[in-house]
Amino acid sequence: MRNQSVDSESKQLNKPKATDISSDSIWRRMVSRFVQYRPAVFGLVIIVVLILIAVFAPVVAVQDPYYQDYSALKQPPSSEHILGTDALGRDVWARLVYATRVSISVGLVAVAIYTVIGTTLGAIAGYYGGAVDAVIMRITDVVMTFPALIIIITVVALVGSSLYNIMAVMGLLSWPGICRLVRGQILSLREKEFVIAAKALGASDADIIFTHLLPNVLGPITVAATFGIASAILTEASLSFLGLGVPPPQPSWGQMLTDAQKLTVLAEMPWLWVPPGLMVSLTVLCVNFVGDGLRDAFDPRTVLS
Amino acid sequence: MGKYIVRRLLISIPVLFGITIIVFGLLQIAPGDPVSGMIDPTIGNFDADMIETEREKLGLNEPLPVQYFFWLSRVLRGDLGYSLITQKPVADMIGIRLWPTLKITLSALILSTVVGITVGIISAVYQYSLVDYISTFLSFVAVSLPGFFLALALIYLFALRLDWLPTSGMVTLGQEPSLWDEIQHMILPVSILGIGSAAPLVRYARSSMLEILSQDFVVLARAKGVREWVAVLRHAFPNALIPLITVIGLRLPVLFAGSVIVEQIFHWQGLGTLNIWAVLNQDYSVLMGLNLISAILVLSANLLTDIAYAVVDPRIQLD
Repeated sequence: MRNQSVDSESKQLNKPKATDISSDSIWRRMVSRFVQYRPAVFGLVIIVVLILIAVFAPVVAVQDPYYQDYSALKQPPSSEHILGTDALGRDVWARLVYATRVSISVGLVAVAIYTVIGTTLGAIAGYYGGAVDAVIMRITDVVMTFPALIIIITVVALVGSSLYNIMAVMGLLSWPGICRLVRGQILSLREKEFVIAAKALGASDADIIFTHLLPNVLGPITVAATFGIASAILTEASLSFLGLGVPPPQPSWGQMLTDAQKLTVLAEMPWLWVPPGLMVSLTVLCVNFVGDGLRDAFDPRTVLS
Repeated sequence: MGKYIVRRLLISIPVLFGITIIVFGLLQIAPGDPVSGMIDPTIGNFDADMIETEREKLGLNEPLPVQYFFWLSRVLRGDLGYSLITQKPVADMIGIRLWPTLKITLSALILSTVVGITVGIISAVYQYSLVDYISTFLSFVAVSLPGFFLALALIYLFALRLDWLPTSGMVTLGQEPSLWDEIQHMILPVSILGIGSAAPLVRYARSSMLEILSQDFVVLARAKGVREWVAVLRHAFPNALIPLITVIGLRLPVLFAGSVIVEQIFHWQGLGTLNIWAVLNQDYSVLMGLNLISAILVLSANLLTDIAYAVVDPRIQLD
C-alpha cells in the first residue's frame, strides 16, 4: 500500500528531474525516512486495517447495523452482541464497523475538495502576485476569520445535513490553510533559476505552474492534507455528536456518542460510548502519526540513522 | 509603530466588509422570509399593510446591493435584528451569553499557553530524553482526542465516579453563589478546552526553543561560563516566545469552535449553546448574528496578535 502510493507520486515527480537515478534515490530515501519513524508505520498499518474494515463492513460486522431488536434494548456485551446493543436494540459492533465508512469517506472527500481549491487559488496568488494575490489573500482572510466549526454548523443548517452536504460544506470552507501554504511556497520558488529558464524557453504560465512549480510543493501539500484528514474526521464526529451531522439511522462514531450526554447512559452503559470514542481517537491519532512521518520523510534535514 | 498599526487596521477593513457580505449572503439563502427577522415584533400585529410599510422603511424592496447597505448600517449601529423564536433583539441575546463564553475560552487560552509553553520548553531543553518522548506522545494524543469524548470521559471519572466536581451547569442551583462554586463548575470545561489547545502549542514551543538553543548567542552565553539555567531561561527563553505569539493568537478561533461542543455537554449558558439552540430551532437571524460576532472577535484577536508581534520583535520592518 505504502510503496504503491509513493511509486505513483514518484512517477509524476520524475518528469522535471534531470536523471532517473537521482530522483529514484530521493524517493527511496523518503521511504526509509518514513519507515524509520515507528509511530508512522504503526499508524499506516492501522489505517490500512480500517480501510479494509470499511470496504468489507458487511463481512466484519456480521449483523445488520440497522436491525432493531426490541427484545434486546441496551443489552451489555454478550456472545451474541459482542459490544452489546443500543437504545433501539441495534448491534453496537455492527454500527461501529459501518461508521468507519462515514468517517473515512468524509475525511478523504472533504480534504480532496479543499486541497484542489486551496492549491489552485494559492498557486494563482503566489505566481501572479499583485492585485490577483491581494484579492485572493483578502478572501482567504475573510474565510479564515469564521471559526471553522461554527460556520460549518451554520451552512449545514442552511443546506440540510446529509453525508454529501457535509463533505461539500467542509470541503468548500476549509481551503484557506492550504491556499496560504501553497502561495508562500510558490512565492519563494517563482524567482528561482529553473523557473526563469523555463520562462525563457517560452513555457506558458500553466506549464510553469503545473510542471515546474507545483511538483516542488507536493511534499508540504501532502503533509498538510494528511493532517487535514485527521481534523476533518474530528469535525465530522463533532457535527454528528451535536446531532447536526450524518442523519440517522446511518451510523457514525460521533452520533453514537450523542446518547452518552444522558448521565444514566454515561454511568451505566459504557459499551455504548467508550468504543466509538476510542475509534475516533485511534483513527485520528494514526492519521496524525502518518502525517508526522510524512513531514519527516519530505524534510531533507531529517537525519538517517 | 503608529503607522504600522494604522496600516494593519486599514487591511482589516476590507476583511470586515467581506465578513458582512458573507453573513448577508447566508441570510439570503436561509429559508423563510428574511424580513420577519428584521421587523421589531413589539410593533404589534403584522397585517399586510404594516409589513409593507416596514419593508419599505427597511429598504427591503430595493435591489440586493442596496438592501445590503441598509442592513450594514443597522449592523454597524449594533442592531442585529430580532430572533424568529423569542422575538428578542439578537444583540441582547448574544450580549448576555458573551461573558460566560469569554470566561471559559479566555481561561482555557491562559491555561493552554502556560501548560503548552512550559511542556514545550522542557521538552526542548531535554531533547530526546524520556520526558521529551512522553510529552511529544501525549501532545499527539491530546490533538487526536475529540473534545466531546474527553469531556464525557472526564465527567465519568471526576463527577460520576469520584464525585469531586459537578457534572454540568455554571453554578449549583439553589445555593448561595460563591466564587469557589463557580470555579468548581469551570474546572472541567476549561481543562478540556485547554488540553486540546495546549497540544499544538507544545510542538511549536519545542521547535522554537530548539532553534534558539542552537543559535550563536546561546552558545556564546554557555561558552563564557553562564550557568545552564541562566542560558536557558534568561538568554534563550524570551527569544523562543516571540514566534509563539502568532500561534497563541491563532488558538482563539479554535477555542471558540471548541466551546460550542464543551458548552453543549456542560449546559454552559454561552454563545455555543445559543448556537446549537438556534440551529435546532432554525432561528437564522440569531445564527447569523453569532457568526458575525465570532468572526469579528477573531478578526480583533488577529489584529492584536499582529500588533503584539510587531511590538515585541524589533526585526519586523514597520514601514
